[in-house]
Amino acid sequence: MRQRGQKVFAAICVAPALILFLLFVVYPAINIFRMSLYRWGGYSANQTFIGLENFRILFSDERFYRSFQNTILLIVVVTLVTIFLALFFASVLCRERLRGKSFFRIVFYIPNILSVVVISAIFSAIYDANNGILNSILGLFREGSPILWLGDRGLIIYSIAIAMIWQAVGYYMVMYMAGISAIPESIYESAALEGAGRMRTFFDLTIPLIWTNIRTTLTFFVISSINISFLIVRALTGGGPDGASEVFLSYMYDQAYTNSSYGYGMAIGVTVFLFSFLLSGLINGVTKRDPVYL
Amino acid sequence: MEAVQKPSLGERLARSLIWLALAALAVSILLPVIWVIMASLKEKSEFYGNPWALPQGLYLQNFVDAWEKARMGSYFLNSVIVTALGLVFLLVLSLPAAYALSRCRFPFRKGINTLFMGGLFVNVSYIVVPIFLMLVDANQLFGVSFFINNKLILALVYASTALPFTIYLLSSYLVTLPYAYEEAAYVDGSGYFRTLVSIIIPMARPSILTVLLFNFLSFWNEYIIAITLMSRDAEKTLPVGLMNLMKAQNAAAEYGRMYAGLVIVMLPTLILYMLVQKKLTQGMTIGGIKG
Repeated sequence: MRQRGQKVFAAICVAPALILFLLFVVYPAINIFRMSLYRWGGYSANQTFIGLENFRILFSDERFYRSFQNTILLIVVVTLVTIFLALFFASVLCRERLRGKSFFRIVFYIPNILSVVVISAIFSAIYDANNGILNSILGLFREGSPILWLGDRGLIIYSIAIAMIWQAVGYYMVMYMAGISAIPESIYESAALEGAGRMRTFFDLTIPLIWTNIRTTLTFFVISSINISFLIVRALTGGGPDGASEVFLSYMYDQAYTNSSYGYGMAIGVTVFLFSFLLSGLINGVTKRDPVYL
Repeated sequence: MEAVQKPSLGERLARSLIWLALAALAVSILLPVIWVIMASLKEKSEFYGNPWALPQGLYLQNFVDAWEKARMGSYFLNSVIVTALGLVFLLVLSLPAAYALSRCRFPFRKGINTLFMGGLFVNVSYIVVPIFLMLVDANQLFGVSFFINNKLILALVYASTALPFTIYLLSSYLVTLPYAYEEAAYVDGSGYFRTLVSIIIPMARPSILTVLLFNFLSFWNEYIIAITLMSRDAEKTLPVGLMNLMKAQNAAAEYGRMYAGLVIVMLPTLILYMLVQKKLTQGMTIGGIKG
């Protein structure tokens, strides 16, 4: 009798959440795959099944290749620089004896609580060609015309990378700090007795001991770089100048929502999803090490 | 380890470099934030002078303009309503579900758990257009305009997309509670529902607080769903309003108004962060990765 009561109770508990989850997450996710096989100009009317035609067009679409290049560049640059900085600052804040540690931890995490729109607005103040923060600092050292951080086709993607790194360092630092502070103090003490310096300790002790931690964040980096780059590009540059800062999902959004080519947009979405899935799997395989047991 | 010797030259150099690096990152974060706050207090003429000059006075007219002329006041109210509704929906949906999924035995439990876990990998940026189309279809189907430009629906979408992470976080806390509490409650004749409300939920308070904090930030800051589902001006939320101001700034050089709008969006999250920063960074490592 109690068993049955529990089943009914559990069903009542789970059903509302499950139904809304299926409706607003699972169904739209499945729809991306289904819609990618249709030519779809407007709302529900006039859908035609065209098989893989959207994907065929996609692979000869130059604008897609540009968004592809930009996204890869951002994933690589942002991941490498952010990991380096986050590991450095995490290890400093965990291991060094200095004053103001918690002040630095609090400040470094601030970008994480800001809306991407706020971050974009802050960076448009930093990058503003005429009276932006960056150019007015650089103006002290150099002469000549101002640098167009957001208007130069070659520079723009790096300007976006810097904004993404600025946003991400504190988050990953806190992640790595959790890993580092779980390492027993005694190991560091014996390393110090053996005469290992800072560098040695960092590379031969800290990094191997939080390797699983680092591996997990690599997957995060792939997924979140694709996502955050879209959110920043959409708010900061809108893909411009002339498509030079277009990334994966901003191109998808432009095609699907702005241009009303829903089927084509969703084909981009499917491709990006599969790409991020494969890349995460690849990184996961390549970085596999035998875990270090204490 | 006691520092018996005087630190060597190399050691002193290393320490200074570390300090320099820490200070550099802190400045690169604080300087722009303080700069925009200062800029929000400047008069229009001041933007054409030295950009490093402090504001000449507290020119609060920017905030009045942003609040009234740029309608940030009504967007603020929209954001408060959507965020609050979203959080209420989220708790009402996720607490019972997380409880049942982590502590009751019933058919398909494992499958449902796996399904929610899979949801952790579905990014909102991918599914925002299909969600929009689904709601448009619903409008046509029922011959209404209820599903688009509706704060209730937006809050529901927020809550639904936050379910996987929230259920994961709550479940991982709930499984650690000892069963003895529930058994005692059942022996005393308390039903399942009452046990959940008066025994489990009070005990889960720390994890509920973490859930509220994270989702407050993500709902308050979210803009891509809001911009897609809320096209009518009266229904827009704060971050979308700020995006409008950024565009207007480029066209009409309304710098002060834009920076004031920026501060209006940013300030609530900054204040909250100052109050609970410890809780937030601790909670993140629970929700993120363990070990």
